[in-house]
Amino acid sequence: MITVSGLRKSFGSHEVLKGIDQHVAKGEKIVVIGPSGSGKSTFLRCINLLERPSAGRIVIDGETITDKGVNVNKIREKMGMVFQQFNLFPHMPVVDNITLAPIRVKGVRRDEAEDTAMRLLARVGLIDKRDAYPAQLSGGQKQRIAIARALAMEPEIMLFDEPTSALDPEMVGEVLNVMEDLASSGMTMIVVTHEMRFARGVASRVLFMDEGIIMEEGAPEEIFTAPKNERTRAFLSLVI
Amino acid sequence: MSISEGLYKTFIKDDRYKMFLTGLGSTLILSLLAAVIGLAIGVAVCLMKVSNVPSFTVGKRRVRVVRPLAWLANAYIDVIRGTPAVVQLLIIYFIIFARSNLHSIIIAAIAFGINSGAYVAEIIRAGIFSIDPGQTEAGRSLGMSGARTMRFIVLPQAVKNILPALVNEFVVLIKETAIAGYIGISDLTKAAYSIQSLTYDYLYPLVSLAIIYYIIVKSLAVLMGRLEKNLRKSEVR
Repeated sequence: MITVSGLRKSFGSHEVLKGIDQHVAKGEKIVVIGPSGSGKSTFLRCINLLERPSAGRIVIDGETITDKGVNVNKIREKMGMVFQQFNLFPHMPVVDNITLAPIRVKGVRRDEAEDTAMRLLARVGLIDKRDAYPAQLSGGQKQRIAIARALAMEPEIMLFDEPTSALDPEMVGEVLNVMEDLASSGMTMIVVTHEMRFARGVASRVLFMDEGIIMEEGAPEEIFTAPKNERTRAFLSLVI
Repeated sequence: MSISEGLYKTFIKDDRYKMFLTGLGSTLILSLLAAVIGLAIGVAVCLMKVSNVPSFTVGKRRVRVVRPLAWLANAYIDVIRGTPAVVQLLIIYFIIFARSNLHSIIIAAIAFGINSGAYVAEIIRAGIFSIDPGQTEAGRSLGMSGARTMRFIVLPQAVKNILPALVNEFVVLIKETAIAGYIGISDLTKAAYSIQSLTYDYLYPLVSLAIIYYIIVKSLAVLMGRLEKNLRKSEVR
């Protein structure tokens, strides 16, 4: 479904990604872990072209999205993204946050879009927040709305960029529950996170990134119980 | 001279209050026209300016690209901000429009509009840039185009920052038109000056003039305060 080859990204003279090769199959749940500054988020942001790769190829569903002249907006419709800072639209109520893109991008009728929004709100357990404004919500609620907003575009892939890192500890669980539910529904997911329990429980594969490359990858039980790489071992001993 | 005598000489004698009224009319018309022109120029220049991509990387080389439109916009803003408004007015009236037979108020409105446009462009740009880039990223990640993201996500939020600053710019503009007398327009300031030359008294015409300007500006400030309050209300409920 996603094939990344030779992916590199530099900011000025600083090279953040130094050659990433990776294949993600449909329905896989990839969890990316690693110390801060290792390039995890940049890797994720390159996949939906929020960052323009400096070199390398990304192929999604047979389409090379790194080629010149591809319709970036069309590609992004296939991929939902959830941000660390939620990025809800503060000037509109929850329901409009969710229906804006389906209506404006896909041309869905408003009543249909609102039906979908209500279904998604029920799924993330926030049906009573339909008319609330983002400022009235807790962090956990905001992030669940952000997930619903991304799902409203019916993406094939969901990207999560440290979705629980900005949350108070007591709110992490409610967001992870929604993500676990999404995982069991068969969604293809790539998740950058520091939640090792989530990685153990949900990941079909764990990638350990450091210094701009994937240092080690494998099934969660391998990575967490018998890491082969010295760096992986050192990192895990610090976070677990 | 007693107060009543001073006021009589300034306003009542020979219907001099009519000079103030005519002057007030000119000042207001000039300010309004200039504000409209300034807003149009400001929006256009701001668009030219944000069309700029300062730099990007090709492989390992960093390439600077300054697009001609952005360059032009920056040059315009730089020149306008770097020279006195009165000099701009004189150049536009006596050189650029020297052979034109447009009404001098129209020429002055163009001059003040060109002046105000530079500040309006910066106000709009600052308003747009004050919005968290995460908002744009969220819009784009949902598959929305840059233009749609601007229209539905960034601009509605930016307006709350832009509107009060625009009203403020309008206030500055009204006060700035006091130099319109330099090109022979009978605005409010010129009216006070003419009355002074008839009465040989500076005190009453000039203090009255200041009070009239103050009242105009203050009423705008009150309006602006109400506007801001309404904008705040729609933000946090």
